[in-house]
Amino acid sequence: MTLVKTKYGRRSFIKTTVLASGGMLLGFSWLAGCRPSGQESATEWPDEWFEINGFIKIGDNGLVTIMSPNPEIGQNVKTSMPMIVAEELDVDWKQVVVEQAPLNTEIFTRQLAGGSQSIRQGWHSLRMAGATARQLLRQAAAQAWQVPLEEVKTQAGTLKHTPSGRTAGYGTFAAAAARLPIPEEVPLKDPKDFRIIGTSRKNVDGNKIVTGEPLFGIDYRRDGMLIAMIAHAPAFGMKLESLDAEVARRMPGIVDVFTIKTFADDYERQWCDTAAFNELVAVVGQTTWQVWQAKKALRIKWAPVAELESSSLHRARMRAMASQPAQVLRRDGNPEAMFRKAARIIERTYTAPFLAHNTLEPMNFFAHVTEERAELVGPTQTPEFMEKTLAARLGMPLEKIDIQMTRQGGGFGRRLYGHFMVEAALISKKVQAPVKLIYTREDDMSFGNYRPAYYATYRAALDENNQLLAFHVCAGGIPESPLFPNRFPAGAIDHYLAESWSVDSNISIGAWRAPRSNFIAGAEQAFLDELAEAMGQDPIEFRLALLERAKNDPVGADNDYDPARYAGVLELVRQKSDWGKALPEGIGRGVAAYYCHNSYVAQVVDLRIDAGKPIIENVCCAVDCGLVVNPDAAANMVEGGTVDGIGHALYSELSFRDGAPEQTNFDRYRLIRHSEAPKNIEVHFVDSHEHPTGLGEPPLPPVMGALANAIYRATGQRVYHQPFIKHHPLLG
Amino acid sequence: MAVFHLNVNGKRYEVDVDPSTPILWVLRDHLNLVGTKYGCGIAQCGACTIHLGDAAVRSCILPVSQVGTQPITTIEGLSANGDHPLQRAWIEHDVPQCGYCQAGQIMNAAALLKANPHPTDEEIEAAMNGNLCRCGTYTRIKAAIKSVAKR
Repeated sequence: MTLVKTKYGRRSFIKTTVLASGGMLLGFSWLAGCRPSGQESATEWPDEWFEINGFIKIGDNGLVTIMSPNPEIGQNVKTSMPMIVAEELDVDWKQVVVEQAPLNTEIFTRQLAGGSQSIRQGWHSLRMAGATARQLLRQAAAQAWQVPLEEVKTQAGTLKHTPSGRTAGYGTFAAAAARLPIPEEVPLKDPKDFRIIGTSRKNVDGNKIVTGEPLFGIDYRRDGMLIAMIAHAPAFGMKLESLDAEVARRMPGIVDVFTIKTFADDYERQWCDTAAFNELVAVVGQTTWQVWQAKKALRIKWAPVAELESSSLHRARMRAMASQPAQVLRRDGNPEAMFRKAARIIERTYTAPFLAHNTLEPMNFFAHVTEERAELVGPTQTPEFMEKTLAARLGMPLEKIDIQMTRQGGGFGRRLYGHFMVEAALISKKVQAPVKLIYTREDDMSFGNYRPAYYATYRAALDENNQLLAFHVCAGGIPESPLFPNRFPAGAIDHYLAESWSVDSNISIGAWRAPRSNFIAGAEQAFLDELAEAMGQDPIEFRLALLERAKNDPVGADNDYDPARYAGVLELVRQKSDWGKALPEGIGRGVAAYYCHNSYVAQVVDLRIDAGKPIIENVCCAVDCGLVVNPDAAANMVEGGTVDGIGHALYSELSFRDGAPEQTNFDRYRLIRHSEAPKNIEVHFVDSHEHPTGLGEPPLPPVMGALANAIYRATGQRVYHQPFIKHHPLLG
Repeated sequence: MAVFHLNVNGKRYEVDVDPSTPILWVLRDHLNLVGTKYGCGIAQCGACTIHLGDAAVRSCILPVSQVGTQPITTIEGLSANGDHPLQRAWIEHDVPQCGYCQAGQIMNAAALLKANPHPTDEEIEAAMNGNLCRCGTYTRIKAAIKSVAKR
């Protein structure tokens, strides 16, 4: 047990005085709590709730409500974050109800889903919230029983004083605890005493998901609510010229058709305000189908105002840039001299196309804007930043803007960019009614903030003994570079050069699951595989030797990884996959490892090719994310990232012609399907007590490399361009 | 607009809608049964899967005028207490990530097992291929289906 200063003052742990009329009766509102799935709660709903701090309410019968602060986009924080609170509160998980917290910057910090940071950055405040409440309950019991505080222990929701044999449930002292001042310091559990953290707990929304209860933004409804859709320019580089809505306006159920401007011309946009189409046509009516039909009947003229780009043009521009000198981001030693004296140079170029996010739940949001306030409900990864954007656009102070988060049908970065929240608010304000804005799939896919198109050239200089002299990466993209100059193998090679370039574009981009890593990891890991082969080395031994060098005698000081932990996942995957064993005829096996978003992942892919179709027999994953909070759910995230990475590298592409995406729905945009998914995925975690880190992103990038390397072993031909299915002569 | 009489989850409903309205939007907007999801609108993702009689159909392209007297079952009506073997298996395998596609996955799997209680792996893959999951829960979905098919 360690004593930790609370640091959190009243501002963070606002305590409400107990309401006169029976406390805080919460009931099940639309967004309210849910009991953990897969287990029966022994406790009935309480008569009265007492708010101990911003995270915790305790009922008079001992039932505990834990607020989950962060957006839930499928990364399962709505289960794992409350688990951390419950651990330090020392309560039985069966007595816990989880409720999605609204945006509340007074109580919570960083209510954002991005960068795989929820657990890593929430860890301390979640533990403190639980520990503080536990301490208050112990104090209340000690006072009532007139015994020293140290003698009051807790066990799974029960307070105990062993010398006198007294026990009481948390509910007994919840009222008294809620009235006590926040303690100066509180004890935190020793990790060896954890009973919830490190055990597998089911998704708290599981029962609701499998029975189809309303959960998602698109499911939200309100009395008197209207439905809205938008029409945007069909191509990047075009804008609205004129609108003829005569027909649409007269169609059944249609309330209004008008144009909106999402951001004012003089507004300085925040990072989360990316939206290529600022002037939109809004159609508002009674039902979704009516509004959709009216949208189709709009007669809109769009005019080109900038270059209308095509994928062929992008490829030509990237090739041209790659052949010119670029911006040097890191140079160790004298790589140019080494390349001049090399006996042999290996050079390979890797590319990947734009990708759409394609959350299965399209962009949508509910808004009700009145003179007094703006109420918004729906799926957003970044409510805190969007509150500021909305305040600026609506000319309202922050405190008049209320944002509630629903469960979200995927995020992957797309819902960081909340222009659709502003659109919904402007539409509600105009029609003076509550409105739910829904994007069609076509809107969602063609009004994206996409994963950029990328291009990377790797070069290695070898001497006459096939030893590595120098390493060079030059990478760029449209419109951003994927390069991380200080990642492995930087730090492991004396003569190293990293260069970067980019080409501007009218196409809007944004964070897409593991930004930049989602390309550069696969390229780098495929090149290292080819390099190891050229040097006559085993691909894992080759990497381990480089990591050994980086550990013992690192080149440079700014290396973005811990070589020991990096080597740890490679060693674990080598052992668990039985690397080096004889494989069945036709099976190709590839390995890759990567570090990003604070977690280390290594994967071994086993596949065979059956009539041009890659059959992924097995993926063995080794992961170091520090202490694992919820092991089975963590494994689920690793499996999902693995499938997602394989799917996008093999099958997915968003191409452009005359500024417009050529794929606007799942008939032409290919996402991996059941029959193409790995037949089996094993997940192994490094046994660790390091600070926990996230898993939403880290499993995705390396598997693209492991896949490319396995395809080579199965076919004898390497593949350099994504989607692989399109570019490998033996696939498709 | 026209009046249609529907049998959904064993209950009778009367709706007055345009005959071209897909049953998906009748369920969601008019009957407030929102467990059936919109994903693509062109029968390519399976999020909107319901049962028409015993058959799994994509409700996003099925006009209300074509339903006739056939009974409709949605995820809300698959079982009385959320205890269909597949629903229990989904919890047991902790399948969902974001959860958005899962109602469609379960409805499709339920129709498969009704027609073919002991499918092979290949039959499961073939039957489930129309249901997309961007989160990548395919391996767990298959494990959950297999655990029910074995019984």
